[in-house]
Amino acid sequence: MSSPNSRVPALAALATVLVGASLVLVFFVAPEDADQGISQRIFYFHVPIALTAYACFGWGALKALLYLWRKDDRYDLESYVGIHLGTVFGSLTLLTGSIWAKASWGIWWTWSSNQLVLFLVLFLFYAAYFMLRFSVEDGPRRSSLSAVYALFGVVLVPVSFFAIRLASDFIHPTVFNREGPQMSGTMFATFCVAWAAITLLAYVLYRVELAGKRLDLSVRELREALA
Amino acid sequence: MTGYLADVATLARKDLRLELRARDTLPAMLLFVLSTFVVFHFALPQGSGENAAQGLLWVALVFTALLGLARSWAPEREGGVFDGLVLAPCDRSAIWLGKAAAVLVFLVAIEVVALPAFALFFEPLDGAAVAGVALANVGICAVGTMLAAMAAASRTRELILPLLFLPLAIPLVVGGVGSAISPEPGRYLLFLALYDAVFAIICWATFEYVVTE
Amino acid sequence: MSAGEKYVAAAYGVIFVVLLLWVVIIAAKLTRLERELAELAGRARERRDDG
Repeated sequence: MSSPNSRVPALAALATVLVGASLVLVFFVAPEDADQGISQRIFYFHVPIALTAYACFGWGALKALLYLWRKDDRYDLESYVGIHLGTVFGSLTLLTGSIWAKASWGIWWTWSSNQLVLFLVLFLFYAAYFMLRFSVEDGPRRSSLSAVYALFGVVLVPVSFFAIRLASDFIHPTVFNREGPQMSGTMFATFCVAWAAITLLAYVLYRVELAGKRLDLSVRELREALA
Repeated sequence: MTGYLADVATLARKDLRLELRARDTLPAMLLFVLSTFVVFHFALPQGSGENAAQGLLWVALVFTALLGLARSWAPEREGGVFDGLVLAPCDRSAIWLGKAAAVLVFLVAIEVVALPAFALFFEPLDGAAVAGVALANVGICAVGTMLAAMAAASRTRELILPLLFLPLAIPLVVGGVGSAISPEPGRYLLFLALYDAVFAIICWATFEYVVTE
Repeated sequence: MSAGEKYVAAAYGVIFVVLLLWVVIIAAKLTRLERELAELAGRARERRDDG
Protein backbone atom coordinates (compact mmCIF):
# COMPACT_ATOMS: atom_id res chain seq x y z
CA MET A 1 0.00 0.00 0.00
CA SER A 2 1.57 3.28 -1.04
CA SER A 3 2.00 5.84 1.69
CA PRO A 4 -0.80 8.42 1.79
CA ASN A 5 1.78 11.15 2.03
CA SER A 6 4.00 10.05 -0.85
CA ARG A 7 3.17 13.13 -2.91
CA VAL A 8 3.85 15.65 -0.17
CA PRO A 9 7.63 16.02 -0.69
CA ALA A 10 7.09 16.68 -4.38
CA LEU A 11 4.41 19.24 -3.58
CA ALA A 12 6.72 20.85 -1.05
CA ALA A 13 9.45 21.10 -3.66
CA LEU A 14 6.99 22.69 -6.07
CA ALA A 15 5.88 25.11 -3.37
CA THR A 16 9.51 26.07 -2.75
CA VAL A 17 10.01 26.77 -6.42
CA LEU A 18 6.85 28.85 -6.60
CA VAL A 19 7.70 30.84 -3.50
CA GLY A 20 11.17 31.48 -4.87
CA ALA A 21 9.73 32.53 -8.20
CA SER A 22 7.22 34.86 -6.62
CA LEU A 23 9.91 36.49 -4.48
CA VAL A 24 11.94 37.15 -7.59
CA LEU A 25 8.90 38.56 -9.34
CA VAL A 26 7.90 40.69 -6.36
CA PHE A 27 11.28 42.27 -5.81
CA PHE A 28 12.87 42.33 -9.23
CA VAL A 29 10.20 42.21 -11.90
CA ALA A 30 7.04 43.91 -10.71
CA PRO A 31 6.99 47.64 -11.34
CA GLU A 32 6.91 49.96 -8.38
CA ASP A 33 3.54 51.40 -7.53
CA ALA A 34 3.33 55.10 -8.34
CA ASP A 35 1.28 56.08 -5.30
CA GLN A 36 2.52 53.89 -2.51
CA GLY A 37 6.10 53.29 -3.44
CA ILE A 38 7.97 50.27 -2.29
CA SER A 39 5.70 49.40 0.62
CA GLN A 40 3.03 48.33 -1.84
CA ARG A 41 5.06 45.16 -2.40
CA ILE A 42 3.80 43.86 0.91
CA PHE A 43 0.47 43.46 -0.83
CA TYR A 44 1.76 40.58 -2.98
CA PHE A 45 2.02 38.28 0.01
CA HIS A 46 -0.40 39.95 2.40
CA VAL A 47 -3.49 39.47 0.23
CA PRO A 48 -2.79 35.83 -0.72
CA ILE A 49 -2.21 35.09 2.95
CA ALA A 50 -5.58 36.61 3.79
CA LEU A 51 -7.29 34.69 1.00
CA THR A 52 -5.61 31.49 2.11
CA ALA A 53 -6.81 32.07 5.66
CA TYR A 54 -10.39 32.29 4.38
CA ALA A 55 -9.83 29.15 2.34
CA CYS A 56 -8.51 27.30 5.39
CA PHE A 57 -11.53 28.30 7.45
CA GLY A 58 -13.78 27.23 4.62
CA TRP A 59 -11.94 23.93 4.33
CA GLY A 60 -12.24 23.42 8.08
CA ALA A 61 -15.97 24.09 7.88
CA LEU A 62 -16.36 21.68 4.96
CA LYS A 63 -14.62 18.92 6.89
CA ALA A 64 -16.76 19.81 9.90
CA LEU A 65 -19.90 19.37 7.84
CA LEU A 66 -18.60 16.03 6.58
CA TYR A 67 -17.95 15.00 10.15
CA LEU A 68 -21.46 15.82 11.27
CA TRP A 69 -22.78 13.88 8.33
CA ARG A 70 -20.52 10.82 8.40
CA LYS A 71 -19.24 10.82 11.98
CA ASP A 72 -15.81 9.70 10.82
CA ASP A 73 -13.06 10.89 13.19
CA ARG A 74 -10.81 11.49 10.23
CA TYR A 75 -12.91 14.52 9.30
CA ASP A 76 -12.68 15.92 12.79
CA LEU A 77 -8.89 15.88 12.64
CA GLU A 78 -8.86 17.39 9.17
CA SER A 79 -11.25 20.11 10.26
CA TYR A 80 -9.11 20.91 13.28
CA VAL A 81 -5.88 21.13 11.28
CA GLY A 82 -7.60 23.28 8.66
CA ILE A 83 -8.81 25.71 11.27
CA HIS A 84 -5.47 25.69 13.03
CA LEU A 85 -3.70 26.61 9.83
CA GLY A 86 -6.37 29.21 9.11
CA THR A 87 -5.67 30.81 12.46
CA VAL A 88 -1.93 30.87 11.74
CA PHE A 89 -2.52 32.52 8.39
CA GLY A 90 -5.08 34.84 9.95
CA SER A 91 -2.51 35.96 12.50
CA LEU A 92 -0.04 36.49 9.69
CA THR A 93 -2.65 38.59 7.91
CA LEU A 94 -3.03 40.76 10.98
CA LEU A 95 0.73 41.11 11.40
CA THR A 96 1.51 41.91 7.77
CA GLY A 97 -1.57 44.10 7.54
CA SER A 98 -0.46 46.06 10.56
CA ILE A 99 3.00 46.56 9.11
CA TRP A 100 1.48 47.66 5.84
CA ALA A 101 -0.77 50.10 7.68
CA LYS A 102 2.24 51.57 9.43
CA ALA A 103 4.04 51.85 6.11
CA SER A 104 1.04 53.42 4.34
CA TRP A 105 -0.54 55.59 7.00
CA GLY A 106 1.98 55.79 9.80
CA ILE A 107 -0.12 53.92 12.37
CA TRP A 108 0.09 50.30 13.49
CA TRP A 109 -3.65 49.83 13.74
CA THR A 110 -6.71 51.47 12.26
CA TRP A 111 -10.34 50.56 12.66
CA SER A 112 -11.04 51.86 9.19
CA SER A 113 -9.30 49.00 7.44
CA ASN A 114 -12.25 46.66 7.02
CA GLN A 115 -10.05 43.70 6.34
CA LEU A 116 -7.95 44.19 9.46
CA VAL A 117 -11.05 44.51 11.61
CA LEU A 118 -12.64 41.46 10.02
CA PHE A 119 -9.57 39.39 10.71
CA LEU A 120 -9.48 40.62 14.28
CA VAL A 121 -13.05 39.44 14.83
CA LEU A 122 -12.29 36.11 13.15
CA PHE A 123 -9.15 35.73 15.21
CA LEU A 124 -11.19 36.17 18.39
CA PHE A 125 -13.77 33.73 17.14
CA TYR A 126 -11.29 30.99 16.22
CA ALA A 127 -9.20 31.54 19.34
CA ALA A 128 -12.37 30.65 21.24
CA TYR A 129 -12.60 27.54 19.03
CA PHE A 130 -9.35 26.28 20.52
CA MET A 131 -10.37 27.20 24.04
CA LEU A 132 -13.59 25.27 23.56
CA ARG A 133 -11.81 22.29 22.07
CA PHE A 134 -9.23 22.10 24.81
CA SER A 135 -11.79 22.35 27.58
CA VAL A 136 -13.81 19.34 26.44
CA GLU A 137 -12.80 15.72 26.84
CA ASP A 138 -11.57 13.95 23.77
CA GLY A 139 -14.36 12.07 22.08
CA PRO A 140 -17.40 12.35 19.84
CA ARG A 141 -18.83 15.18 21.95
CA ARG A 142 -15.76 17.33 21.42
CA SER A 143 -15.73 16.58 17.71
CA SER A 144 -19.39 17.48 17.34
CA LEU A 145 -19.04 20.73 19.26
CA SER A 146 -15.96 21.72 17.28
CA ALA A 147 -17.71 20.92 14.02
CA VAL A 148 -20.80 22.97 14.84
CA TYR A 149 -18.64 25.89 15.98
CA ALA A 150 -16.60 25.68 12.76
CA LEU A 151 -19.82 25.96 10.78
CA PHE A 152 -20.80 29.03 12.78
CA GLY A 153 -17.43 30.49 11.88
CA VAL A 154 -17.86 30.17 8.19
CA VAL A 155 -21.27 31.85 8.43
CA LEU A 156 -19.76 34.59 10.56
CA VAL A 157 -17.30 35.58 7.83
CA PRO A 158 -19.82 37.17 5.44
CA VAL A 159 -22.02 38.40 8.29
CA SER A 160 -19.11 40.17 9.96
CA PHE A 161 -17.95 41.52 6.63
CA PHE A 162 -21.28 43.27 6.16
CA ALA A 163 -21.46 44.32 9.78
CA ILE A 164 -18.08 45.99 9.55
CA ARG A 165 -19.05 47.66 6.30
CA LEU A 166 -22.23 48.94 7.91
CA ALA A 167 -20.28 50.10 10.91
CA SER A 168 -17.86 52.12 8.85
CA ASP A 169 -20.76 53.65 6.97
CA PHE A 170 -22.13 55.35 9.94
CA ILE A 171 -20.58 54.60 13.20
CA HIS A 172 -17.00 55.10 12.14
CA PRO A 173 -16.70 56.92 8.85
CA THR A 174 -13.53 55.86 7.11
CA VAL A 175 -10.63 58.21 7.49
CA PHE A 176 -8.10 56.27 5.52
CA ASN A 177 -8.78 54.58 2.30
CA ARG A 178 -6.48 52.59 0.21
CA GLU A 179 -7.44 52.08 -3.38
CA GLY A 180 -6.86 48.57 -4.54
CA PRO A 181 -3.86 48.93 -6.77
CA GLN A 182 -4.74 49.39 -10.40
CA MET A 183 -2.72 46.42 -11.38
CA SER A 184 -0.77 46.36 -14.57
CA GLY A 185 -0.34 43.07 -16.37
CA THR A 186 2.99 42.32 -14.72
CA MET A 187 1.65 43.18 -11.29
CA PHE A 188 -1.32 40.92 -11.81
CA ALA A 189 0.88 38.06 -12.98
CA THR A 190 3.10 38.53 -9.94
CA PHE A 191 0.06 38.50 -7.71
CA CYS A 192 -1.21 35.28 -9.25
CA VAL A 193 2.12 33.52 -8.88
CA ALA A 194 2.37 34.65 -5.26
CA TRP A 195 -1.18 33.50 -4.62
CA ALA A 196 -0.48 30.09 -6.13
CA ALA A 197 2.70 29.83 -4.07
CA ILE A 198 1.01 30.68 -0.78
CA THR A 199 -1.92 28.37 -1.46
CA LEU A 200 0.34 25.45 -2.27
CA LEU A 201 2.51 26.25 0.75
CA ALA A 202 -0.57 26.20 2.95
CA TYR A 203 -1.62 22.87 1.51
CA VAL A 204 1.80 21.38 2.17
CA LEU A 205 1.77 22.69 5.75
CA TYR A 206 -1.71 21.22 6.14
CA ARG A 207 -0.61 17.78 4.96
CA VAL A 208 2.47 17.81 7.15
CA GLU A 209 0.58 18.86 10.26
CA LEU A 210 -2.16 16.33 9.55
CA ALA A 211 0.40 13.56 9.11
CA GLY A 212 2.02 14.55 12.39
CA LYS A 213 -1.28 14.41 14.24
CA ARG A 214 -2.22 11.08 12.72
CA LEU A 215 1.18 9.66 13.67
CA ASP A 216 0.58 10.90 17.17
CA LEU A 217 -2.72 9.03 17.31
CA SER A 218 -1.15 5.85 15.95
CA VAL A 219 1.63 5.97 18.50
CA ARG A 220 -0.91 6.41 21.24
CA GLU A 221 -2.90 3.44 19.98
CA LEU A 222 0.27 1.41 19.86
CA ARG A 223 1.09 2.39 23.40
CA GLU A 224 -2.28 1.23 24.59
CA ALA A 225 -1.94 -2.02 22.72
CA LEU A 226 1.41 -2.71 24.29
CA ALA A 227 0.51 -1.62 27.80
CA MET B 1 -46.07 20.56 13.03
CA THR B 2 -48.43 21.38 15.87
CA GLY B 3 -46.73 18.64 17.86
CA TYR B 4 -43.42 20.38 17.40
CA LEU B 5 -44.71 23.79 18.41
CA ALA B 6 -46.57 22.27 21.34
CA ASP B 7 -43.29 20.73 22.51
CA VAL B 8 -41.56 24.08 22.20
CA ALA B 9 -44.32 25.80 24.14
CA THR B 10 -44.23 23.15 26.88
CA LEU B 11 -40.48 23.45 27.23
CA ALA B 12 -40.60 27.25 27.32
CA ARG B 13 -43.41 27.24 29.85
CA LYS B 14 -41.40 24.89 32.06
CA ASP B 15 -38.51 27.33 32.15
CA LEU B 16 -40.76 30.31 32.83
CA ARG B 17 -42.47 28.46 35.66
CA LEU B 18 -39.13 27.47 37.17
CA GLU B 19 -37.98 31.05 37.09
CA LEU B 20 -41.21 32.33 38.53
CA ARG B 21 -40.76 30.00 41.44
CA ALA B 22 -37.04 30.45 42.00
CA ARG B 23 -36.89 34.14 41.16
CA ASP B 24 -33.12 34.23 41.05
CA THR B 25 -32.09 35.04 37.49
CA LEU B 26 -34.46 37.86 36.60
CA PRO B 27 -33.86 40.08 39.62
CA ALA B 28 -30.12 39.58 39.21
CA MET B 29 -30.22 40.60 35.55
CA LEU B 30 -32.35 43.61 36.36
CA LEU B 31 -30.09 44.80 39.12
CA PHE B 32 -27.07 44.17 36.94
CA VAL B 33 -28.32 46.27 34.06
CA LEU B 34 -29.33 49.15 36.29
CA SER B 35 -25.99 49.07 38.12
CA THR B 36 -24.25 49.05 34.76
CA PHE B 37 -26.11 52.19 33.75
CA VAL B 38 -24.96 53.94 36.88
CA VAL B 39 -21.38 52.82 36.29
CA PHE B 40 -21.65 54.17 32.75
CA HIS B 41 -22.68 57.54 34.05
CA PHE B 42 -19.53 57.72 36.10
CA ALA B 43 -17.45 56.22 33.30
CA LEU B 44 -18.56 58.68 30.65
CA PRO B 45 -16.62 61.90 30.87
CA GLN B 46 -18.48 65.18 30.43
CA GLY B 47 -19.24 66.06 26.83
CA SER B 48 -18.94 62.52 25.49
CA GLY B 49 -21.91 63.14 23.28
CA GLU B 50 -25.18 61.33 23.10
CA ASN B 51 -23.93 58.68 20.72
CA ALA B 52 -21.57 57.30 23.33
CA ALA B 53 -24.51 56.53 25.57
CA GLN B 54 -26.24 54.61 22.78
CA GLY B 55 -23.15 52.50 22.37
CA LEU B 56 -23.04 51.80 26.07
CA LEU B 57 -26.66 50.70 26.05
CA TRP B 58 -25.61 47.88 23.79
CA VAL B 59 -22.68 46.94 25.96
CA ALA B 60 -25.08 46.75 28.88
CA LEU B 61 -27.58 44.65 26.97
CA VAL B 62 -25.00 42.19 25.69
CA PHE B 63 -23.47 41.62 29.12
CA THR B 64 -26.80 41.39 30.86
CA ALA B 65 -27.87 38.82 28.31
CA LEU B 66 -24.65 36.92 28.99
CA LEU B 67 -25.53 36.87 32.65
CA GLY B 68 -28.89 35.32 31.91
CA LEU B 69 -27.50 32.95 29.30
CA ALA B 70 -24.84 31.61 31.64
CA ARG B 71 -27.63 30.35 33.85
CA SER B 72 -29.99 29.31 31.08
CA TRP B 73 -29.12 25.62 31.12
CA ALA B 74 -28.56 25.52 34.87
CA PRO B 75 -31.92 23.87 35.71
CA GLU B 76 -31.08 21.02 33.35
CA ARG B 77 -27.53 20.69 34.58
CA GLU B 78 -28.24 20.95 38.29
CA GLY B 79 -31.22 18.63 38.16
CA GLY B 80 -29.10 16.15 36.21
CA VAL B 81 -31.86 16.31 33.71
CA PHE B 82 -29.83 17.12 30.59
CA ASP B 83 -29.60 13.55 29.40
CA GLY B 84 -33.20 12.93 30.28
CA LEU B 85 -34.28 15.90 28.24
CA VAL B 86 -32.34 14.65 25.28
CA LEU B 87 -33.98 11.24 25.55
CA ALA B 88 -37.41 12.85 25.56
CA PRO B 89 -39.42 11.93 22.49
CA CYS B 90 -39.29 15.33 20.88
CA ASP B 91 -37.22 16.83 18.11
CA ARG B 92 -33.92 17.94 19.66
CA SER B 93 -34.16 21.33 18.04
CA ALA B 94 -37.39 21.89 19.96
CA ILE B 95 -35.30 21.88 23.12
CA TRP B 96 -33.22 24.71 21.75
CA LEU B 97 -36.20 26.64 20.50
CA GLY B 98 -38.08 26.28 23.77
CA LYS B 99 -35.08 27.42 25.78
CA ALA B 100 -34.35 30.32 23.43
CA ALA B 101 -37.98 31.42 23.66
CA ALA B 102 -37.83 31.39 27.44
CA VAL B 103 -34.60 33.39 27.48
CA LEU B 104 -36.20 35.83 25.06
CA VAL B 105 -39.10 36.34 27.44
CA PHE B 106 -36.64 37.00 30.28
CA LEU B 107 -34.66 39.46 28.20
CA VAL B 108 -37.75 41.34 27.09
CA ALA B 109 -38.99 41.46 30.68
CA ILE B 110 -35.71 43.05 31.72
CA GLU B 111 -35.77 45.51 28.87
CA VAL B 112 -39.27 46.66 29.75
CA VAL B 113 -37.64 48.19 32.81
CA ALA B 114 -34.16 48.83 31.46
CA LEU B 115 -35.05 50.81 28.36
CA PRO B 116 -37.20 53.37 30.14
CA ALA B 117 -34.49 53.59 32.78
CA PHE B 118 -31.94 54.28 30.07
CA ALA B 119 -34.21 56.94 28.59
CA LEU B 120 -34.46 58.47 32.03
CA PHE B 121 -30.75 58.38 32.85
CA PHE B 122 -29.30 59.24 29.48
CA GLU B 123 -31.46 60.08 26.51
CA PRO B 124 -34.70 59.05 24.85
CA LEU B 125 -34.85 56.11 22.50
CA ASP B 126 -36.77 56.40 19.27
CA GLY B 127 -38.80 53.75 17.50
CA ALA B 128 -35.91 52.59 15.36
CA ALA B 129 -33.72 52.08 18.41
CA VAL B 130 -36.38 49.99 20.13
CA ALA B 131 -36.95 48.00 16.93
CA GLY B 132 -33.22 47.39 16.83
CA VAL B 133 -33.29 46.09 20.39
CA ALA B 134 -36.24 43.84 19.58
CA LEU B 135 -34.61 42.35 16.51
CA ALA B 136 -31.26 41.91 18.21
CA ASN B 137 -32.97 40.14 21.12
CA VAL B 138 -33.93 37.33 18.78
CA GLY B 139 -30.35 36.93 17.59
CA ILE B 140 -28.96 37.12 21.11
CA CYS B 141 -31.33 34.45 22.38
CA ALA B 142 -30.98 32.13 19.40
CA VAL B 143 -27.20 32.17 19.25
CA GLY B 144 -26.68 32.60 22.98
CA THR B 145 -28.80 29.62 23.97
CA MET B 146 -26.96 27.49 21.46
CA LEU B 147 -23.54 28.57 22.67
CA ALA B 148 -24.58 28.16 26.30
CA ALA B 149 -25.42 24.54 25.57
CA MET B 150 -21.98 24.12 24.04
CA ALA B 151 -20.35 25.80 27.00
CA ALA B 152 -22.26 23.48 29.32
CA ALA B 153 -20.32 20.56 27.86
CA SER B 154 -17.03 22.28 28.55
CA ARG B 155 -14.92 22.03 31.66
CA THR B 156 -14.72 25.78 32.01
CA ARG B 157 -18.41 26.50 31.49
CA GLU B 158 -19.28 30.06 32.58
CA LEU B 159 -15.78 31.17 31.74
CA ILE B 160 -15.98 30.22 28.11
CA LEU B 161 -19.46 31.42 27.25
CA PRO B 162 -18.49 35.12 26.86
CA LEU B 163 -15.53 34.11 24.68
CA LEU B 164 -17.83 32.16 22.40
CA PHE B 165 -20.58 34.75 22.41
CA LEU B 166 -18.85 38.11 22.02
CA PRO B 167 -17.45 37.69 18.48
CA LEU B 168 -20.86 36.55 17.32
CA ALA B 169 -22.50 39.45 19.14
CA ILE B 170 -20.48 42.07 17.30
CA PRO B 171 -22.75 42.19 14.23
CA LEU B 172 -25.74 42.55 16.56
CA VAL B 173 -24.15 45.49 18.31
CA VAL B 174 -23.38 47.11 14.96
CA GLY B 175 -26.97 46.64 13.86
CA GLY B 176 -28.39 47.90 17.12
CA VAL B 177 -26.25 51.00 17.47
CA GLY B 178 -26.65 51.75 13.79
CA SER B 179 -30.42 51.68 13.98
CA ALA B 180 -30.28 54.02 16.95
CA ILE B 181 -27.96 56.67 15.61
CA SER B 182 -28.08 56.43 11.87
CA PRO B 183 -30.52 58.61 9.88
CA GLU B 184 -31.12 55.50 7.74
CA PRO B 185 -32.02 52.86 10.31
CA GLY B 186 -33.70 50.68 7.72
CA ARG B 187 -30.45 49.18 6.51
CA TYR B 188 -29.36 48.24 10.01
CA LEU B 189 -32.73 46.79 10.90
CA LEU B 190 -32.70 44.71 7.73
CA PHE B 191 -29.22 43.51 8.59
CA LEU B 192 -30.41 42.48 12.06
CA ALA B 193 -33.33 40.60 10.55
CA LEU B 194 -30.96 38.79 8.19
CA TYR B 195 -28.62 37.90 11.03
CA ASP B 196 -31.55 36.51 13.00
CA ALA B 197 -32.78 34.45 10.08
CA VAL B 198 -29.40 33.04 9.12
CA PHE B 199 -28.27 32.16 12.61
CA ALA B 200 -31.63 30.87 13.75
CA ILE B 201 -31.62 28.44 10.85
CA ILE B 202 -28.12 27.23 11.52
CA CYS B 203 -28.80 26.87 15.26
CA TRP B 204 -31.98 24.99 14.59
CA ALA B 205 -30.25 22.65 12.17
CA THR B 206 -27.19 21.88 14.29
CA PHE B 207 -28.49 21.83 17.86
CA GLU B 208 -28.98 18.10 17.91
CA TYR B 209 -25.26 17.58 17.25
CA VAL B 210 -24.44 19.66 20.27
CA VAL B 211 -26.46 17.62 22.73
CA THR B 212 -26.05 14.13 21.37
CA GLU B 213 -22.88 12.18 20.92
CA MET C 1 17.39 51.57 3.74
CA SER C 2 14.46 53.88 3.40
CA ALA C 3 11.55 53.58 5.76
CA GLY C 4 9.42 51.91 3.10
CA GLU C 5 12.07 49.29 2.45
CA LYS C 6 12.35 48.58 6.16
CA TYR C 7 8.65 47.88 6.39
CA VAL C 8 8.68 45.59 3.39
CA ALA C 9 11.58 43.71 4.94
CA ALA C 10 9.71 43.54 8.24
CA ALA C 11 6.57 42.16 6.61
CA TYR C 12 8.38 39.45 4.69
CA GLY C 13 10.57 38.78 7.69
CA VAL C 14 7.53 38.20 9.88
CA ILE C 15 6.17 35.68 7.39
CA PHE C 16 9.52 33.91 7.34
CA VAL C 17 9.77 33.81 11.14
CA VAL C 18 6.23 32.52 11.67
CA LEU C 19 6.74 29.74 9.15
CA LEU C 20 10.02 28.79 10.77
CA LEU C 21 8.36 28.74 14.16
CA TRP C 22 5.83 26.32 12.72
CA VAL C 23 8.71 24.15 11.50
CA VAL C 24 10.31 24.25 14.95
CA ILE C 25 7.11 23.08 16.60
CA ILE C 26 6.60 20.27 14.10
CA ALA C 27 10.24 19.22 14.49
CA ALA C 28 9.85 19.08 18.27
CA LYS C 29 6.77 16.96 17.88
CA LEU C 30 8.60 14.63 15.50
CA THR C 31 11.48 14.09 17.94
CA ARG C 32 8.99 13.34 20.67
CA LEU C 33 7.23 10.82 18.46
CA GLU C 34 10.57 9.27 17.53
CA ARG C 35 11.40 8.83 21.18
CA GLU C 36 8.03 7.31 22.01
CA LEU C 37 8.19 4.97 19.05
CA ALA C 38 11.66 3.78 20.07
CA GLU C 39 10.41 3.10 23.57
CA LEU C 40 7.39 1.20 22.26
CA ALA C 41 9.54 -0.78 19.85
CA GLY C 42 11.70 -1.78 22.80
CA ARG C 43 8.62 -2.93 24.66
CA ALA C 44 7.41 -4.96 21.69
CA ARG C 45 10.82 -6.58 21.39
CA GLU C 46 10.80 -7.53 25.06
CA ARG C 47 7.43 -9.07 24.68
CA ARG C 48 8.52 -11.06 21.69
CA ASP C 49 11.65 -12.25 23.48
CA ASP C 50 9.75 -13.21 26.63
CA GLY C 51 6.87 -14.92 24.88
